[in-house]
Amino acid sequence: MSNYTLVIGLEVHVELTTKSKMFCGCANDWFGAKPNTHTCPVCLGLPGALPVPNKKAIEGCIKIGMALGCDIPLLSKFDRKNYFYPDLAKGYQISQYDQPFSQHGSITLSSGKKIGITRAHMEEDTGKLMHDTVNGEKVSLIDFNRSGVPLVEIVTEPDFTSAAEVKEYLQKLQQIVRYLGVADADMDKGMMRLEPNISLRKEGQTELPNYKVEVKNINSFSFVEKAIAYEFERQAELLDKGERPTQETRGWDEDKKMTISQRSKEEAADYRYFPEPDIPPFVWTEDYLESLRKEVEEKKKYFPENRIPVYMNNYGMSNASASTIAYSEIRTNIFGTAVSEGTVSPNSLGNFGTYLANIRIEPKEVHNVVDFTKTISQDFTQKQQVTGVSDDELQTILKKVLDANVQSVADYKKGKTNAIMFLVGQAMRELKGKAKADTVKAELEKLLANS
Amino acid sequence: MNLHDLTITTAKDMLIKREISAAELTKMYLERIAKLEPRLNAFVTVTKEKAMESAEKADQLFRESKDAPLLGIPLSIKDNFNTKGIRTTASSKVLDNYIAPYNATVVERLEGAGMVLLGKTNMDAWAHGSSTETSDYGPSHNPWNTDYLPGGSSGGAAASVAADEALAAIGSETAGSVRGPASWCGLVGLKPTYGRVSRYGVIAMASSTDSPGPITKTVTDAALILEVLAGKDPLDATTATKDVPHYSQSMKTMDKPMTIGIADDYFTNVDPETVAKVEEAIKLLEGKGHIVKKIELFDPQKSIDVYTILMRSEVSSNLARMDGIRFGNDRSLFGEEAMRRMMLGTYALSSGYYDAYYKKTQKVRTLIIQDFEKAYKEVDVIIGPTLPSPALPIGATADNPMFGEMADVLTEPSSIAGLCGINMPVGFSSKGLPIGMQIIGPQFGEETILKLAYQYEQETDWQKEAPNL
Repeated sequence: MSNYTLVIGLEVHVELTTKSKMFCGCANDWFGAKPNTHTCPVCLGLPGALPVPNKKAIEGCIKIGMALGCDIPLLSKFDRKNYFYPDLAKGYQISQYDQPFSQHGSITLSSGKKIGITRAHMEEDTGKLMHDTVNGEKVSLIDFNRSGVPLVEIVTEPDFTSAAEVKEYLQKLQQIVRYLGVADADMDKGMMRLEPNISLRKEGQTELPNYKVEVKNINSFSFVEKAIAYEFERQAELLDKGERPTQETRGWDEDKKMTISQRSKEEAADYRYFPEPDIPPFVWTEDYLESLRKEVEEKKKYFPENRIPVYMNNYGMSNASASTIAYSEIRTNIFGTAVSEGTVSPNSLGNFGTYLANIRIEPKEVHNVVDFTKTISQDFTQKQQVTGVSDDELQTILKKVLDANVQSVADYKKGKTNAIMFLVGQAMRELKGKAKADTVKAELEKLLANS
Repeated sequence: MNLHDLTITTAKDMLIKREISAAELTKMYLERIAKLEPRLNAFVTVTKEKAMESAEKADQLFRESKDAPLLGIPLSIKDNFNTKGIRTTASSKVLDNYIAPYNATVVERLEGAGMVLLGKTNMDAWAHGSSTETSDYGPSHNPWNTDYLPGGSSGGAAASVAADEALAAIGSETAGSVRGPASWCGLVGLKPTYGRVSRYGVIAMASSTDSPGPITKTVTDAALILEVLAGKDPLDATTATKDVPHYSQSMKTMDKPMTIGIADDYFTNVDPETVAKVEEAIKLLEGKGHIVKKIELFDPQKSIDVYTILMRSEVSSNLARMDGIRFGNDRSLFGEEAMRRMMLGTYALSSGYYDAYYKKTQKVRTLIIQDFEKAYKEVDVIIGPTLPSPALPIGATADNPMFGEMADVLTEPSSIAGLCGINMPVGFSSKGLPIGMQIIGPQFGEETILKLAYQYEQETDWQKEAPNL
């Protein structure tokens, strides 16, 4: 088998959580609603109905673009993408073709690698087809509640070379749209949908492969990893046999743990894009964009990567604890509440952070963040009174003791197990009685076993 | 009382004075419809019961001394306007059984103004044509001579007014569909500036040029209806926020003489009788102190290509929703004309052809807009014949797929540019068929063209002539 590297580009669709739909006044809280209860002539595509763009949704799209470092052109427009599908009410989707709201941005991964963002454009979601049996007859039903829901499509350059990079990018993107307050991006509700374009090239090859395989139906980060791994094997096998994998769209089948061919790209539709005559083009002023940019900059302060240093510098948390809190929305909320409500004494906030990063939290148990914060703050305070010392503090002191008593450590490792009692004694002196000897001994044993 | 002498103004006057009730008036029109429809076929659907209901409601309001601009006024509406609870077919069998679940904004505003809806008028199917011959319900007949066509696509609308089957009609124009039939039926037809009147609820033909407008017996009636229809609609993103003037008042004063632009290309390949009548009308206006100025305009013949590509492309996309899945009948019921237009439009938008057709067309469209902008720096209005000839006989469109485009050659440039225009009757041909001239104004120049039209109307008696039915 030759050595291949992955070439992956991503298309991600994110539904925006505006009050109303993209082009009509229907409520946008369609999820779980009775079919066809959130519809009107516009989103049903009835003859004569016209779209009126939702300003908040467009702002959401532009904000996403700005947070991704995109250029925001001053001139933009909608286009019609013409194709037939029963869940597409008008026979065309209102989308953006050559003048999207934002383009040319990037997301930087923790490795420092930049993933190029080609564009983030605005479009509308389709209805949903449901296949069912009614009175013994197999039927296809259409629910138009989702029809016309604002959708932002974020397209990357083919810059990914591993599933891990894809996963990190997706997590970051999800956090960005959530912290901007424009989308919930719940994967299991289909509010964030992923379509990787996967191909392989020989190691060292620089030009792009002459085919790509698009995988649809992926609704979790773990499925995207599995699908990429599966495609790597499948395509490598074909390439080894000297075959070029077919340019096509495949779907991820979680039951069979494999991708399955859906349609060949060669027979794909010609979308006959043309400017949407029902919606005049948009001309933004610099002032307007600047006001949006200010909002985005304000929100960016709360992005996880920008909060980690704040946690570390202001409260003395470790990088690990700070990251755990920053990347968890619920922990971030709890920590913020503890600070604002004063449920923990200001001097103990760092220790509280460590505690918060290490306890298990079931999101569904958190009905009210303030109440929940009060409860766990009490738990923390009690535990702190018992041990008198935070886990972080204990670990720091124990490591210091071990570093200072190299000889005793060496003795212990040679088998003189009672050497540990000297170390316990040293630690107890450092801790000034703030911890029990049993706890200290157990923790030391753990550290010694791992060192 | 002779229905032909009635205008919105005189009818309103009688209704307010209770010299006649809205119910009596409506009944007279419904009886006239019942009598003439076998010969004219102006209506697809007559809404007899609803009309009587609305009329009685209007009478109740009159008794309470309440009023509204069109209270108790019996109107017809072209069948491409959605009317809630009423069959709306656009004269296509595809929508033969389609009951609209909502009102077009135009209908909503007319109802708010108190109109009595008599019925939905026949048209070229989907507004594809200039004759009503593409209607799946058969052509309408010209009241001036029933062997002749009324024009189109708002042919039923014009026929209904000319035959006194309605006091006034609401039509829609994409390029010539209001002005054209008004011309062939001897009526006033006002095509407002694109964006002046909401398109919401009008079954779309070419979205970038569709403009609803009134077809009436007098300029005053047209102005009164425009006052009701015009203005920003939150449901149509292409409507303008500009204030709506009090047209029916402002048109009565002529502050200063106007400069009337005349372009030779609008008088070539035109029937000599039509040319003569329009020139006579221009002479009359010149005699009233207006200045006539020769101007050069983009050759209207060339706009046929632009209009054809633009409209066919938009049609192909707009009719895609008629898939027979959720409403209406299946696509096999599309007529030949609609199929031809969808095919050509699909072709023009296809990958590899888009740049050569649609994109190029948009560029020429910009040139046409600029050409008019230049012209309106020198003149206030442009006058020419509305159609190249008086009405043609029934059957004239057979085997002529480009009939509409050729017939509408003189209204296409101004439609493509989104301008306003009005047809005024200027006399009759030797065969006794009406001849019309159009006054074209700049965007949102409705006040200007109405002033001139009103002045011309005051000087002439054409609207007093009635067809012999």
